[in-house]
Amino acid sequence: MSTRTALARQRSPLAPSPLRLVFSYVVLGLWTLIVLFPLYWLAITAFKLPVHVYNGPLYIPFVDFRPTLENWRYIFVDLRNDTIRPYINTVIVGLSSSVLTLLFGAAATYGLSRFRYRVPLGIVLTFLLCCLLALLGMNLGLPDSLAIAAATALFVIGALTLGRRTKAALGNNDIAFWIISQRMLPPVAVVIPIYILFQRLHLLDTRTALVIAYIAANLPIAVWLLRDYFRTIPLDLEESAAIDGASRYQILWHIVLPLALPGLVATFLFVLVLAWNEYLLALFLSSANAQTMPLLVAAQNATRGPQWWYMSVLILIMIVPVIVLAIVLERYIARGLLIGAVRG
Amino acid sequence: MAERHEHVDMTGQVAAPPVAPARPRRLSWVTVSAWADQQAGAVMLLPAVLIILLLAIFPLIFSLYLSLSRFQLVSGGFRIQFVGLLNYQKLFFGVEHEHFLGTFAPSTPLSWVILGIGAIILIGWLLRYARSRPPQLILGLLGRGIVAAGILAALWLLEATLRSGGRPGTLIVTLIYVVVGVALQYVVGLGLALLCTQQIPGRRFFRVVFLLPMMITPVGIAYMFRMLTDTTKGPLAPLWEFLGLANFSWVNDPWGARIAVMIGDLWQWTPFMFIVLLAALEGQPQELLEAATVDGANLWQIFWKITLPQIAPVSSTLILIRLIEAFKIFDMPNVLTGGGPGTATESLTLHAYVTWRAFDFGTSAAIAYTLLFIVTFVGLSYVNLIHRRLTEAAG
Repeated sequence: MSTRTALARQRSPLAPSPLRLVFSYVVLGLWTLIVLFPLYWLAITAFKLPVHVYNGPLYIPFVDFRPTLENWRYIFVDLRNDTIRPYINTVIVGLSSSVLTLLFGAAATYGLSRFRYRVPLGIVLTFLLCCLLALLGMNLGLPDSLAIAAATALFVIGALTLGRRTKAALGNNDIAFWIISQRMLPPVAVVIPIYILFQRLHLLDTRTALVIAYIAANLPIAVWLLRDYFRTIPLDLEESAAIDGASRYQILWHIVLPLALPGLVATFLFVLVLAWNEYLLALFLSSANAQTMPLLVAAQNATRGPQWWYMSVLILIMIVPVIVLAIVLERYIARGLLIGAVRG
Repeated sequence: MAERHEHVDMTGQVAAPPVAPARPRRLSWVTVSAWADQQAGAVMLLPAVLIILLLAIFPLIFSLYLSLSRFQLVSGGFRIQFVGLLNYQKLFFGVEHEHFLGTFAPSTPLSWVILGIGAIILIGWLLRYARSRPPQLILGLLGRGIVAAGILAALWLLEATLRSGGRPGTLIVTLIYVVVGVALQYVVGLGLALLCTQQIPGRRFFRVVFLLPMMITPVGIAYMFRMLTDTTKGPLAPLWEFLGLANFSWVNDPWGARIAVMIGDLWQWTPFMFIVLLAALEGQPQELLEAATVDGANLWQIFWKITLPQIAPVSSTLILIRLIEAFKIFDMPNVLTGGGPGTATESLTLHAYVTWRAFDFGTSAAIAYTLLFIVTFVGLSYVNLIHRRLTEAAG
């Protein structure tokens, strides 16, 4: 590798001149500083006492000030459950929603790439009509369950009679586009009805509610990223397995998923980071019980003004896992991003 | 695609059966698994479709309805009363008007000149399109007319609220975040990517470091930047003092606060542009670049004539993605500045959240729907007018 780059550098007329090299390093170094300095400041603030913060900036531990573990003791010992509960919530919600998103996303993407679907337009229109009727019914004072049951019955009847007569239908690409286009949807446009729905189901402020909401929010991204990976898997293997009598599910589980593993890992990481950092939906759907780390950190400001020393500890324990992920799995993440952006 | 498709429709019926119709058999594990295998298409797609229907499409319809109603808490529940366009009227002309659109400064001759120039440019653009060959469809002209009207309206709003005496509302603030933010992120990301494509030692280190901000929780970033913008106790305090800005408070100055929000956003999202552009730059053929260098083209010419056209499709997609995402900005202003001072840094999403917290669900849904409408409008205009041209020219 090094000899090859060295050779290339000798031969290529594109090799940077010394002056350009210096310039490049200055600019890149500057941006490195811009990226790392806030993180450095965060890390040292976590070991400062309030007096160190209030007396103006102190930059170097052991030289300017004596680092202390006092803040960590306060967060982990004095506040024990108030810190650990949100942390566990975040881990559970992040992992379970990511696994489920990956599962549903992979199945849907596989289906879209190997089967041909036809959804008659009539069924879609009947569905929308029934939604509106259910809303109207609720508004006229019908009990929710009755309105939903009536609308469902109407939909089944309509779908079986009128719906299937229409020629026009939505195909695979339409369905894929429909799923992916949900990414455009601002979450705030759907969160109030979701809030009301979970309130009705008594799921507000539970981890289940967050898991469900995150699956819905991240599925489009999973399908979008996985589509490309599934396209590259050769059909021959699947066909010979089918001839050997493997079922569709066995083929998916034993052949396709192992082959798509890099894509699955990249997608999983993506979805996990999104769920880990999610703030808006959590803010609407949870308060004390299902509080996640972003909520905990954001709530620090409310009472006594920002207590930077405690807050830095909280932010650190929240971001260290993702930073480790980013450093270890940089290649996967870059590839995931690239696929997403190039495929559009 | 040379794939073997089975014809399955949503109700799971096999339209073109690959196997002969089976005789009725006793129910056994074999028949069940055979049936399950036949339904595989539906089984695989349905969970995803149902989740999205239940948690995106149905709420979307409900939200539209909510935005046309008044939501009232009554004992033991709530009541939703249909009020038509009243919520939207409140936003655009009523009590929420100042919050949403902003305060208009009285127009001056200069504002008429600016608007006039804008209108002339847009009409010229439309005329050029109408007279171009092959003859254009009425539909295309109509679409462009709507886009032109949108741009003109945005220009008028900008002009009327940003002049002294005016105050921008959440709509304009969001637009500023999106346009300025995405443009800056693209330029900085491209610059860094160009530097990193050179064969210099340590590239991998830069790649990993530059990726980091993207992974960090926006809430955490917001607090980090609050620490950094503190002019008396923050790490940059000596610098502020040197510049004579020690008494300046970023968070209390409307533009200072907006700039702080945009810097945080820039810090977080430049990596996205950087990583993808770097890969695109590394993928371009070296021969072309070398040939151009041998022919004596300077770096500037190579960049404009060769590199930029080659990465145009990827750039366009990137900008589209960020454009759509940037409209949803929420975490940064909410935590960094709390939307303040006043409502100076509030984005549309934050505005909707604040309204929701005041139990005004109808108005909140109306704001959310306006946001959805604007995102869709901008996204579609971008795809039809810019994205398609850039990707087709290269492909």
